[in-house]
Amino acid sequence: MNDVGASVLRTRGLRKQYGKGEGLVRAVDDVDLEVASGETVAVMGPSGCGKSTLLHLLGGLDRPSGGELWLAGQRIDQLGERALARLRRDKIGFIFQAFHLMDELTAAENIELPALLAGRSARWARRRAVELLQRVGLADRARFLPSALSGGQRQRVAVARALVSDPQLVLADEPTGNLDSQATVEVLRLFEDLHASGQTLVIVTHDSRIAATADRLISMRDGAFVDETRLTGGSAGNLGAVAGLTEMCEREV
Amino acid sequence: MQQEVILAMLAKEPSHGYELRARLRQALGPLGDAMNDGQVYVTLARLEKAGLATSEPSAGLRDRPDRKVYALTPEGQQRVAGWLAEVSWPRPDLAEFHLKLIAAASAGLADPLAIVDAQRRELLRRLRDAQRAALGEPDGSAAGLLLEGIVLRLQADLRWLEACERNWTPRKDHR
Repeated sequence: MNDVGASVLRTRGLRKQYGKGEGLVRAVDDVDLEVASGETVAVMGPSGCGKSTLLHLLGGLDRPSGGELWLAGQRIDQLGERALARLRRDKIGFIFQAFHLMDELTAAENIELPALLAGRSARWARRRAVELLQRVGLADRARFLPSALSGGQRQRVAVARALVSDPQLVLADEPTGNLDSQATVEVLRLFEDLHASGQTLVIVTHDSRIAATADRLISMRDGAFVDETRLTGGSAGNLGAVAGLTEMCEREV
Repeated sequence: MQQEVILAMLAKEPSHGYELRARLRQALGPLGDAMNDGQVYVTLARLEKAGLATSEPSAGLRDRPDRKVYALTPEGQQRVAGWLAEVSWPRPDLAEFHLKLIAAASAGLADPLAIVDAQRRELLRRLRDAQRAALGEPDGSAAGLLLEGIVLRLQADLRWLEACERNWTPRKDHR
């Protein structure tokens, strides 16, 4: 479609509802979203606001009750199961709060697995895993099982796995939700790096630090988008005020 | 510039103004860019006038505008000791914001949630700037530690805004 232009992801009136009559819950309520190529968008909101349901719809893990969903110019909300599974595998990378690594596979094997399932040769997959482990700073951990890695390292392996098929869109659900502050910083650096490399990313989170790596931040309440912030502009002068520096400099006695 | 800050820096050793300026820059990192260098000299002159510091001209640096070397007086030492022992902490403006939400809601002047959203937009922009600056500092940098403090404070403020949002969200019955 011509009118899609440079947008990688687009929704129109996207809805997901459960139950009927009195018990009807609008988990995702008439959401219009457009994510441009190379853009990082964060969706924030209180728990139960529908942000995880939204992410599942965007990734084709769940079916919308109504509305349209487009990925890279292709309408995908009406695809059959098999076509949808293929699209998830080839075009979308997923990162989850609980990492979802296979415990009995090494870091490298976890990364190789989706490529092998997609029909790539073992040699291709191995080379790609080495390259990605290097990118996430874990080249020396290739043969480690997940149980021998820290939380931050596991999430970095999961990020590498999400990138294995060079997806057009990466979706992250609370990527720092299970991490302490040091590990969060590791993952923040990696997301800043993904962003800088031009990866298109949608993050749902209630961690303001990971949300602050985005270009655009959307607030969600009761299944709907209620506010949007473009996180550009600002200056270090403001930070001086936050730190009390401005006041300290003006104080005389 | 707050006098005690400059005084305390002199406690290490007698120094030129430009040395103090460089040490401040190092401790503040990117935040120091917003600082006016002249403030250090004005403050040093005030400290001398108040008898908290003395100055001596230093030899061999005649081309420098700040060729004086400053040192602490005993009164200055005492002031520094008192400052180090003092417990002070800047107060965030929580009460004002809290009362703003209550006034807006009770008078029907503005939607408290819109006020919360606007505040959050501003804090998130600052968080992004602080975090970028913090990630740009090498490990163990003094300025990085200050930036980390700013990041943590902004996170705390944002969490409080979440609580405000919950409180002011009208209970909506799903039809």
